[in-house]
Amino acid sequence: MKRIFLLLSLVLGLWAGSAGAALDPAILKGLASDDFDAKQAAVAGLAAAGDDADAQRLLKALSDDAVAVAGERVVIVAGDQVLDAASGAAIKPAPANSESISLNNSLRQQVDGALAALRLFSTDTAERLAAARLLLADMGDGAVLLPLLDKALAHEQDPVIKDILVRLHAQASLGSPDAAVRLKAVQELGESASPAVKALLLGLLDKQGDDFAEPDEKVRLAAQTAIKAIDGRLAWSDTAGQIFTGISLGSILLLAALGLAITYGVMGVINMAHGELLMVGAYSAYAMQALFRARFPEFVDYYLLAAVPVAFFVAAAVGMAMERTVIRHLYGRPLETLLATWGLSLVLIQAARLLFGAQNVEVANPAWMSGGVQLADNLSLPWNRLVIVAFSGFVLLVVWLMMNKTRLGMFVRAVTQNRPMAGCVGVPTARIDTLAFGIGSGIAGLGGVALSQIANVGPDMGQGYIVDSFMVVVLGGVGQLAGAVWAALGLGIVTKFLEGWAGAVIAKILVLVFIIIFIQKRPQGLFALKGRFVD
Amino acid sequence: MRTPASVRLVAGLGPKGWLAIAAVALVAWVGVPLAHLMLPESHPLHVSTYAITLLGKILCYAVVAVAMDLIWGFGGILSLGHGLFFALGGYSFGMYLMRQIGRDGSYGAAIPDFMVFLDWKELPWYWAGTDSFLWCLLLAMAVPGVIAFIFGYFAFRSRIKGVYFSIITQALTYAAMLFFFRNETGFGGNNGFTDFKRILGYSITAPETRVVLFGLSVTLLLATIVLGKALIASKFGKVLTAIRDAENRVMFIGYNPLHYKLFIWTLSAMLCGLAGALYVPQVGIINPSEMSVANSIEIAIWVAVGGRGTLIGPVFGAGIVNLSKTWFTTSFPEYWLFFLGLLFILVTLYLPQGVVGLWARLKARKAEKAALAEARASVAAAPRATAAPEAKIPNGTAATVAKGA
Repeated sequence: MKRIFLLLSLVLGLWAGSAGAALDPAILKGLASDDFDAKQAAVAGLAAAGDDADAQRLLKALSDDAVAVAGERVVIVAGDQVLDAASGAAIKPAPANSESISLNNSLRQQVDGALAALRLFSTDTAERLAAARLLLADMGDGAVLLPLLDKALAHEQDPVIKDILVRLHAQASLGSPDAAVRLKAVQELGESASPAVKALLLGLLDKQGDDFAEPDEKVRLAAQTAIKAIDGRLAWSDTAGQIFTGISLGSILLLAALGLAITYGVMGVINMAHGELLMVGAYSAYAMQALFRARFPEFVDYYLLAAVPVAFFVAAAVGMAMERTVIRHLYGRPLETLLATWGLSLVLIQAARLLFGAQNVEVANPAWMSGGVQLADNLSLPWNRLVIVAFSGFVLLVVWLMMNKTRLGMFVRAVTQNRPMAGCVGVPTARIDTLAFGIGSGIAGLGGVALSQIANVGPDMGQGYIVDSFMVVVLGGVGQLAGAVWAALGLGIVTKFLEGWAGAVIAKILVLVFIIIFIQKRPQGLFALKGRFVD
Repeated sequence: MRTPASVRLVAGLGPKGWLAIAAVALVAWVGVPLAHLMLPESHPLHVSTYAITLLGKILCYAVVAVAMDLIWGFGGILSLGHGLFFALGGYSFGMYLMRQIGRDGSYGAAIPDFMVFLDWKELPWYWAGTDSFLWCLLLAMAVPGVIAFIFGYFAFRSRIKGVYFSIITQALTYAAMLFFFRNETGFGGNNGFTDFKRILGYSITAPETRVVLFGLSVTLLLATIVLGKALIASKFGKVLTAIRDAENRVMFIGYNPLHYKLFIWTLSAMLCGLAGALYVPQVGIINPSEMSVANSIEIAIWVAVGGRGTLIGPVFGAGIVNLSKTWFTTSFPEYWLFFLGLLFILVTLYLPQGVVGLWARLKARKAEKAALAEARASVAAAPRATAAPEAKIPNGTAATVAKGA
């Protein structure tokens, strides 16, 4: 507290006398001193100088570690030249020995904060906005910036920046020694809907020993009211965020389950290696990334587009090979198919381990997929998840078109509904089996590409997905795309809400219990095929 | 008039079977202890501690395999979650062993070390009474039994079967594994239960204790086989196999498959629990990885390798797979998964009845050849126009190895 008083008095003093003239010698003297408190006061003084060009140059140099003391003078070292810190004039000849000024962490933070604060006076709106955002993320010692913020507020015309500045101002005023100022700041902060502000206000209520961080009772009460108000505003965006992560999980589940629904629907067997086909897809993306990095480094951001068809065909080829060599020979023995495909999955996992190593590999998001859309302070939709949701919608559309508008799709549906009858009217069921298996596996490969953008890529990444995607198939009913879509999205959203409420493990158990109860009521799934299905 | 159960039990096995059981029991209770305790280590017949522990472990697995065979081979229910019941039995009995450590743990507290670590002051309610040997033994059977009963009741009632049932059991064991991995659930988290010191007051690492545990494992396995044989030979067993082969028809005749399935399912889970209880003191650790999905599926491959629908097959299967696992993981660890994966594929493709089925097939072929040769000889001797006699199918095996799946 005492230090802040000292700083404030210094800052306010400088504020009055700083206009026009070159830098105050007192500031330079402070910088040259060995005492960090004095240095801090000096930086505060520089910050308060506002849009003064000399002060900005010196701050910038401080941030770049280019300020030194040569004898009595403070100088800026810029390449071969040595400039006088106060006037910016080059010194000739350069002083023989200079000792650079060292900054500690808090000082550096303060310098950066001051630099950002100075950018608030830029003529470029975008730069002002960026500077305001930067300060919002990390303001350092707010009290020092208060005069600057006051000045910036007076100038600012842009409403968005002004809003941020008001909040910054309130945040900075929390450090004020005057309880009335703090009270007003807390009330202003209560208007916000940001988790960061909430944390800030919660900090006021912390107890250190017997004393609260905030000594004044009234301010504490106001903080409590403000926190409640913020909580109310946070609630809806929290819910929206959970729904979005649920949809994003659901779209992954959908990609994993679509393929399984086709193979299970057509052949009545569960492919336990389905998760490993996801893994094959993800490693295809990895391989494409490596290829692009080595051969076409200028197009590396588009490796993902190339990975989509590659993953589809690689996974489809693996799936068709599995069908031809193993699954076909176990026709009519679904439980043994389960075991044999589990064996296949073990072989695939070990093969991936030998080829790519047991460690997870790094698959980077392309530049156009990083970042996100900020909808509210606590609600940002990452681009990679948005792209995945859109991608699974696209895959769904293609699968729907294929199943309903092509001859192959018609055959697949016919075999799903009644295999012997389809065979009787001339559908080549054996070939349809292979093709359907290939398509289902290929879709799993596409799921793997999507997964590589948000999850770790490793040899056993697919193991966890078989149960979840089977649950989707069970819930949705066999042979129904609509069922799979509703089941995947529903399961995704319900899981995310349960996770938020009870933790991941309990959520998993609850979902399982729910599915068991559900099967009691509707053994054929949400969307049952009409017809007779008795074995 | 119905023959009493005991008579049927004896008759069902036949004199040869009983002789074999007596011989195995004699070796386990007299031969192995003598070879381990009396013979010097340099003696070629000496059985090392390592061998006893390994064999004891495999015997416990064999019990699980037979229990699995009862539901899969005879009931047509493939469980991919039997590791759960095994681990539950292990955990129940493991807690007794934890309590036997007493105040000799690293913290010297009355409660197990991991609870001290969590800063707990007393045992949670569900571990009450675990200082009693008998109570824990009861728990080791009752906990898997009750969970299997409740789960089975709901699953079988709504006629969940085939792959649906298999996947749901897999999900069940996966959820349980996550639950046991948590520290605050009171099951020791990642590390599970370990560092055991005593059992019934005897040192757990003493050779005598090991020998007794080994003998008990053999006894449990023999008892399981005898019980299974009796069940399969009974009317219950006949209805069960009928349900496996044509559930709907059995229902149309007027049986309710629920009772039959639920009984064999619960019994199988309890046997697994007992096997788990015997496994823990011999191996010295129980942790949630026993419930992993892969472990449970491996149980199915033991049964498949040995031969489904025969009670002795799973014993061989468990032995073959686990011995090769030991050998592979020490000699070529990176090829073990390839071997196991190929085992899954090849056995299901080419050996649907396992090694026992292979043995029966070889025997049948030999008999066929002999019969053919005999017929040729008789044709040559006397030109009668009779066809060669039908190849004799060996009793039991081939007949009981029905289609299953």
